[in-house]
Amino acid sequence: MASTSLSVHQEAIRSTVVKKVVMALTGLVLIAFLLMHMFGNLKIFIGQSEYNHYAHWLKGDLLYPILPQGWFIWIFRLVLLTCLVLHIYCMAVLWAASLHGRGARYVRTRRKEQTLSARFMRWLGILVGTLLLLHLLMFTVGWVTTGYTFNAEDPYSMFVGAFSQWWVVLIYAIFVGAVCMHVRHGFWSAFTTLGANVGTGARNVLNALAYFVAALLFVGFILPPVAVLIGMVS
Amino acid sequence: MKITLKVWRQANKDAAGSMVTYQLDDVSEDTSFLEMLDMLNEQLTAKNEEPVAFDYDCREGICGMCGIVINGSPHGRYESSVATTTCQLHMRSFSDGDVIEVEPWRTGAFPVIKDLVVDRSAFDRIIQAGGFISVNTGSAPEAHSTPAPKRQADRAFDVATCIGCGACVAACPNGSGMLFTSAKITHLANLPQGQPERRLRVKAMIAAHDANGFGGCQNIGECASVCPKEIPLESIGQLNRDLIASLFRGDGKTA
Amino acid sequence: MAATVKSSAKAYFTVGEEIRDTKAPAGPIEKKWSTRKFEAKLVNPANRRKLTVIIVGTGLAGAAAGATLGEAGYNVHNFCFQDSPRRAHSIAAQGGINAAKNYRNDNDSVFRLFYDTVKGGDYRARETNVYRLAEVSAGIIDQCVAQGVPFAREYGGLLDTRSFGGVQVQRTFYARGQTGQQLLIGAYQALERQVAAGTVTMHSRHEMLEVIIHDGRARGIVTRDLVTGEVEAWYADAVVLATGGYGNVFFLSTNAMGSNVTANWRAHRKGAYFGNPCYTQIHPTCIPVTGEHQSKLTLMSESLRNDGRIWVPKNPEDAEKDPRDIPEDERDYYLERIYPSFGNLVPRDIASRQAKYMCDEGRGVGPAITETDHETGETIERRRGVYLDFADAIARLGKKEVSARYGNLFDMYAQITGENPYETPMRIYPAVHYVMGGLWVDYDLQSTVTGLFVTGEANFSDHGANRLGASALMQGLSDGYFVLPNTINDYLAAGPFEAIDDSTPASVEALREAKDRIEKLLSIQGDRSVDSFHRELGAIMWEYCGMDRDEEGLKIAIEKIRALRDEYWTNVRVTGVNEDFNQALERAGRVADFIDLGELMCIDALHRHESCGGHFRSESQTEDGEALRHDEEFAYVAAWEFTGDGQKPVLHKEPLVYEAIELKQRSYK
Repeated sequence: MASTSLSVHQEAIRSTVVKKVVMALTGLVLIAFLLMHMFGNLKIFIGQSEYNHYAHWLKGDLLYPILPQGWFIWIFRLVLLTCLVLHIYCMAVLWAASLHGRGARYVRTRRKEQTLSARFMRWLGILVGTLLLLHLLMFTVGWVTTGYTFNAEDPYSMFVGAFSQWWVVLIYAIFVGAVCMHVRHGFWSAFTTLGANVGTGARNVLNALAYFVAALLFVGFILPPVAVLIGMVS
Repeated sequence: MKITLKVWRQANKDAAGSMVTYQLDDVSEDTSFLEMLDMLNEQLTAKNEEPVAFDYDCREGICGMCGIVINGSPHGRYESSVATTTCQLHMRSFSDGDVIEVEPWRTGAFPVIKDLVVDRSAFDRIIQAGGFISVNTGSAPEAHSTPAPKRQADRAFDVATCIGCGACVAACPNGSGMLFTSAKITHLANLPQGQPERRLRVKAMIAAHDANGFGGCQNIGECASVCPKEIPLESIGQLNRDLIASLFRGDGKTA
Repeated sequence: MAATVKSSAKAYFTVGEEIRDTKAPAGPIEKKWSTRKFEAKLVNPANRRKLTVIIVGTGLAGAAAGATLGEAGYNVHNFCFQDSPRRAHSIAAQGGINAAKNYRNDNDSVFRLFYDTVKGGDYRARETNVYRLAEVSAGIIDQCVAQGVPFAREYGGLLDTRSFGGVQVQRTFYARGQTGQQLLIGAYQALERQVAAGTVTMHSRHEMLEVIIHDGRARGIVTRDLVTGEVEAWYADAVVLATGGYGNVFFLSTNAMGSNVTANWRAHRKGAYFGNPCYTQIHPTCIPVTGEHQSKLTLMSESLRNDGRIWVPKNPEDAEKDPRDIPEDERDYYLERIYPSFGNLVPRDIASRQAKYMCDEGRGVGPAITETDHETGETIERRRGVYLDFADAIARLGKKEVSARYGNLFDMYAQITGENPYETPMRIYPAVHYVMGGLWVDYDLQSTVTGLFVTGEANFSDHGANRLGASALMQGLSDGYFVLPNTINDYLAAGPFEAIDDSTPASVEALREAKDRIEKLLSIQGDRSVDSFHRELGAIMWEYCGMDRDEEGLKIAIEKIRALRDEYWTNVRVTGVNEDFNQALERAGRVADFIDLGELMCIDALHRHESCGGHFRSESQTEDGEALRHDEEFAYVAAWEFTGDGQKPVLHKEPLVYEAIELKQRSYK
């Protein structure tokens, strides 16, 4: 793996640690996005016109007139996409290194520290990615619809239409659950990778924050669909 | 006590291995785990069978030579609150009639040599990359010319106790050698004498870590939980901080 | 009486010429080392690459020498039998390292360290070497600090020191209870730095089996690759043995399981004299043997004796009782009784011997161990342990304070024994810890084989008949960092020597000898395992050549060892083949050499009809039961020459000349 033509500095830049740092930074950007997205979703409780107005503003008027109308959303999408691609690329390289590093499997393994989230981190990531694709197909491009007709001008109706069906809520719950488990380990791991784990105290704080953020996301994301399903929002 | 042992037998690096079951009667609870394996080997020798190969040397928990995965946990630590090496684990931790599974460290960077013996020379190569302070014999200044703050010196000591046994790698789902590497980084980073080479050291050691087939760290913490010397997980935090900071410096750009 | 004993001892050896010249330069003792360094021939830095040095062993003495010679630019090949140079048993030293820094302003000096070491060695060490050891000691601390060894520090950031092993100055530097580990890791890192620099080539999992002597010079070694079994020869201009001590001749010792005498013994057979083989240090505060399965013993710091009280039941029937139920007046605090002024703090050898006597009387405690009675030859059960009781200390100081002082030792004890020393008294018993004997070397650390140098515990030089606490680490590093690198150049300056290879008769012979021995061991296919022989040898040595030796016992031991050797070479069972990772075969070669060494140790102990330091002959004691030296007869180093299997060894005496220090008899009453 180490090429003799590289300097130590170049090898360090290509190291697993730097890839982890990239994953940490991109992951944190994505978590920030999730928090924002969740905040937007909660607007559903205020009403159709408020919600649609917010969506419209996001896609059209945000940062206007600094940027031409409608540009922000594409820059925003590009940034997220870049983060996602980098996150997945680094994950793939590190996974390969882990498979190699791990070597033969034990006949018996008893892990002590590993949480479910940590254990299935990569698989959760894949699950999240797959469901994310479905999510985009349903609500962003409209290639897959169920219970509603695609209309980018009226996301409120799409939302209510889709989540009036229990099985859509169920799949969504799985999606959000996977995201939150991924965030649970990811949040702690990102800060640790960035060097924030300076001692037992920091470790406890980071872990507590990770649980808090994950729980917040879960509650924030699951409330609106559940509200639709039970008829609170219609 | 009566013990049933399931031991990984593998003739050499390239051979396929398997678990082989042995019975041991009359194991005293004062016996150490390795002495119990000695008993097994005496028994096998008497039957003219090949004894089980396993590494050992000091048998007092300091040389780092021994290392066996016992019932799925390196050094058999699992949930015990007492940090231990394999040689310091005693049979009183087990009960009469127990079935004990015994495996070598299994990790890509430590190929199995025979039975329970693995090749850990990858650790030496990480140290060769930069796990030292460059001072030739005779050129050292007077020891008291540079005071070292006690708290930092103590922290350096806490991680300098690493014995290089490899349990951290054996426990890691990614086969990462990050705890071992970070112990040395943290040791030298906390002493004034370690400062001049600090940035180059972390870059070079990480490069060697990766080049020697260890996986990346996922911050899971299995490593620290089995470490016989209780090297804390935050050592890896120190390594990460030092590496990130060093990337903005030119150390190691030439040569 | 002495004369008759000596004549009867003479049946076992012959006496050769005295060694008069140890190569130390003339002049006052303070000037000798600088004179020697100045007079030594030098090697031009550009020529050093062309000179190859083989170093066997990677402990303090080996790794330090490897790193230093590599830095100087020599082509170094370093060998160890472990999987990494960092495993060498120097790592297990706990206490500390002495150095004459006088940081405490407490009257310490090079001369005082020198004096204490000679006195501690019971006046059986060579003055010139000891003075040099004290002289270079301060530089060791500087070197180690610069390497990043995390010595204990005070809040001001300066190094902490403590007093150790009964000396009255605080000159011992330490790194908690793991000083040896930290110093070794420092030397290991320096060595690995040279490996990366390409000056040192490391050969781990290689065991030295023979030394190659060509044209009167040590020119290489034969090793066995412990993974593949390949037996091969390596060539060099000089060979350094830094192979540690041979305490494992006793089977049970505090040494690492792999520690062995093979390299030294093979060199001895090829002409290197063995110095003072019987000088053994026995440490009083070790965790006792628990049964037949025991493979090694663990030492606990002697500091335990500062607050712990040692006792045994007055009544042998109480051995199995819970010690807490034995009333005060039924206990015998025997050290306090016999030595009222020093009490539990008597020197190591006295504390050890008294514990043995108590157990011999049947008043030992702990599990009963099967052993052979010295007098009757019957198999008997004996308890080998005495109590080390902290109940008074806990009452006086509180549990918290006791824990602060000894917590780590208590934890260690609890982990090994499963007993809680805060609640029930610890049990301790002496164990073999260090050997002062080793290959004889001159002032340059060169053995009687030209070009063969010996450093650290492997040589005999600096500790006389007994070693002070915290001096083993000092000697290993002194030899490795400072002494050898300044003397070996004088020899190498004449090199490079004529190139030799596997077809040179000396190599052919050495390779053949090594292979023949392996084949012989594998072909016997007897009934007994290697370990069973080793245990038996250890039991003989411990019984007759341990803490308390006498003529009759030593003669018995020699006969028993000879019989054991005969049985070994006809009845040992070594499983497997050579071309494999074969630990039974590794041990088989080592035990064969231990058996031969054991005989020489007994002969040395038998011939030295005096008590000195770690060597106690019960025929030679004062009225108070203390070691009694006979300076007029025995103020010499016994350097033994090998003359062939089954032949009597030849004793060469190196008279010990004391010019700087006056000889005195010690007293602890």
